[in-house]
Amino acid sequence: MRHIISILIENEAGALSRVAGLFSARGYNIESLTVAPTEDASLSRMTLVTRGSDDIVEQITKQLNKLVDVVKLMDLTEGPHIEREMMLIKVRAVGGDQRDEVKRMADIFRGRIIDVTDSTYTIEVTGDSTKLDAFIQALDKGLILETVRSGVMGISRGEKALRI
Amino acid sequence: MELTGAEIVVRFLQDEGVEHLFGYPGGAVLHIYDALYKQDKVKHILVRHEQAATHAADGYARSTGKPGVVLVTSGPGATNAVTGIATAYMDSIPMVVLTGQVPTSLIGNDAFQEVDAVGITRPCVKHNFLVKDVKDLASTLKKAFYIAQTGRPGPVVVDIPKDVTANRTKYVFPKTVSMRSYNPVVKGHTGQIKRAVGMIMGAKRPMLYTGGGVVLNDASKQLIEFARLLGYPVTNTSMGLGGYPASDRQFVGMLGMHGTYEANMAMSHCDVLVAIGARFDDRVTGNVQKFCPHAKIIHIDIDPSSISKNVKVDVPIVGSVEHVLKDMLKLIKESGEVPDGDALAKWWKQIDEWRAKDCLKYDKSSELIKPQYVLETLHKITKGDAFVCSDVGQHQMWTAQFYKFDKPRRWINSGGLGTMGFGLPAAMGVQFAHPKANVVCVTGEGSIQMNIQELSTCLQYGLPIKIICLNNRFLGMVRQWQEFFYDRRYSHSYMESLPDFVKLAEAYGHVGMQIDKPADVEAALKEAFTKHKNRLVFMNFLTDQTENVYPMVPAGAGLDEMILV
Ligand SMILES: Cc1cc2nc3c(=O)[nH]c(=O)nc-3n(C[C@H](O)[C@H](O)[C@H](O)COP(=O)(O)OP(=O)(O)OC[C@H]3O[C@@H](n4cnc5c(N)ncnc54)[C@H](O)[C@@H]3O)c2cc1C
Ligand SMILES: Cc1ncc(C[n+]2csc(CCOP(=O)(O)OP(=O)(O)O)c2C)c(N)n1
Ligand SMILES: [Mg+2]
Repeated sequence: MRHIISILIENEAGALSRVAGLFSARGYNIESLTVAPTEDASLSRMTLVTRGSDDIVEQITKQLNKLVDVVKLMDLTEGPHIEREMMLIKVRAVGGDQRDEVKRMADIFRGRIIDVTDSTYTIEVTGDSTKLDAFIQALDKGLILETVRSGVMGISRGEKALRI
Repeated sequence: MELTGAEIVVRFLQDEGVEHLFGYPGGAVLHIYDALYKQDKVKHILVRHEQAATHAADGYARSTGKPGVVLVTSGPGATNAVTGIATAYMDSIPMVVLTGQVPTSLIGNDAFQEVDAVGITRPCVKHNFLVKDVKDLASTLKKAFYIAQTGRPGPVVVDIPKDVTANRTKYVFPKTVSMRSYNPVVKGHTGQIKRAVGMIMGAKRPMLYTGGGVVLNDASKQLIEFARLLGYPVTNTSMGLGGYPASDRQFVGMLGMHGTYEANMAMSHCDVLVAIGARFDDRVTGNVQKFCPHAKIIHIDIDPSSISKNVKVDVPIVGSVEHVLKDMLKLIKESGEVPDGDALAKWWKQIDEWRAKDCLKYDKSSELIKPQYVLETLHKITKGDAFVCSDVGQHQMWTAQFYKFDKPRRWINSGGLGTMGFGLPAAMGVQFAHPKANVVCVTGEGSIQMNIQELSTCLQYGLPIKIICLNNRFLGMVRQWQEFFYDRRYSHSYMESLPDFVKLAEAYGHVGMQIDKPADVEAALKEAFTKHKNRLVFMNFLTDQTENVYPMVPAGAGLDEMILV
């Protein structure tokens, strides 16, 4: 099962390597990992996507909680939540037909073209990971010059909040 | 008044009540050594190798419950300390290791004697710190001591760059520490405790399986009260030995790979298992699919990640042994309930039948010295009251089986990492903590050579350790596996060119003795503990080379599938 784990962690040098090191040392897999400071600069919020059986994910959350720098964590996938990922994708766009086609596709996926040259478009798309996958699928492979994805971040719905 | 970082380190150690510091100097810690020179409250012990400093601090911690403290220099000083840090980590031993570091301006430049100590030790510490500003030094040291000793204990490394030890700031001893990210739980969940007690009282074939957590928590008293009240059988892991008195009738011995027949059979047949401060290590469970097939399992542990890691349990209780057992005792006493006497009598009858197999028997009429006999005699001569430190191998298992520990913190061994070379330096740490006590190091001719240089430290500080070398001229534990599982292909488990240990001991300024006949064993031990009471004695026992450790659960087998003598 795929799990999205949100972590509040002390914003200190080395905190990220403790999390990454834990995963490699114990053979857990990380699908994506994002991290940035929160409104309280002393805390970082990390979103980690992993896959594993229930037993393994239970161990993962326990081991993460055990890290001295981890203040709090939550498995978002245990309840209703919203997940978002951002992608910037640069595609070849030469000639009227091709440029129209790419633009139309970007519109369908509610992407925004954020940079234009005579021969390229750079498009920004946000959504859950499957939507971004679908956008890539929808484009002609040969046109894609470069993609960069932020990795997943997420938040639970309603009153529930991960805070100290 | 402003102090230098080096002075702060030393003042802090004094204020924290640290009496012994095990270390070895070098460039990056020279300021600290200079500050040490100018005082006499913290006693620095100069070892001969940094690995020994960590094991000595570890032995000190295991025998007292107080954190062991180490000081080493950057680079090779830090890397030499790593084995000892990992050893302490695997057995949850409280320890604080101060490593020197190159000046902050040079970090990352491949400076002379630079290693990323924080990076190297990260996977084998409970936590570690790099102090970049002298203003953070005292509070970081306080956190290190706090983290090392609370919750599930463990080693903490504090890496201190040289310029930080030279810079000055105001020093105030931080009396308290609060960390929002670290709050270990000691009190167990009331509902879970109730559920557990219900199960425990209803058991027909109960079993108490207790481990290092009882010793670490100094909770023997609660365990004894709990076990006696119920009348249930108790088994200990090797880390838990002494947590319950071995001479008690309810004690069925150690369990696991080299556990007793009765303990392992009782595990395999019990209907309610109460795991208390034990972590279901693979040496204990054998094949997990065959582990306690009939039992409902209750697990008390302070570390949630120990629970349901290897074996799924029915009632998890996160909390300290002491608190949870106290709560359980209260509940049981209030309820007025008593265990099912008939069922228990039947269960004990069964256990006594298993006991009657006498699984630890050995040939007492042999012409050769049997290691088991040496250990039984050692127990007799020391009245079962010595601190016994062990190295790793067959001799370790025989000591666990034959030296019947009645008190906690007397059995000092590397269980989780199984570090050869642990015994002698650990014994040094124990002897510093208990100057008047009998301190023994049981070792093999393989293990002792991994830190033999510490004989020199022992002379410098006059440590009257008694070294019992069970010399079988083999890396015996390896040889045993090769005999059983590799068709007797003894690949590199034989040591040629062993030194003359008697002369070696003498060269280091100690007493050396060689014993090669069973008839001489007792007299030799007596002589060592009386005539040479105040000297280190190296006793080289030439033992039966072919002796194996029994019982043995082969890898992949269930606990009830032991190889017996
Ligand atoms: C050659 C060799 C052979 C071995 N053979 C055997 C064998 O046959 N049998 C055997 O038992 N071992 C054997 N061992 C040792 C084995 O490898 C493990 O070290 C040992 O079994 C672990 O013991 P433990 O489960 O008590 O855990 P420990 O490592 O002592 O862990 C303690 C547990 O208690 C918890 N704890 C700590 N403090 C508290 C507290 N305050 N309250 C509650 N819980 C707490 C911790 O979280 C942890 O889960 C052998 C080792 C070697 C080197
Ligand atoms: C540092 C280290 N290296 C290797 C091993 C693997 N090992 C475990 S027991 C053992 C043999 C120990 O020999 P000895 O000290 O003579 O004890 P004996 O088994 O003969 O009693 C070895 C090599 C280990 N535990 N630790
Ligand atoms: Mg040997």
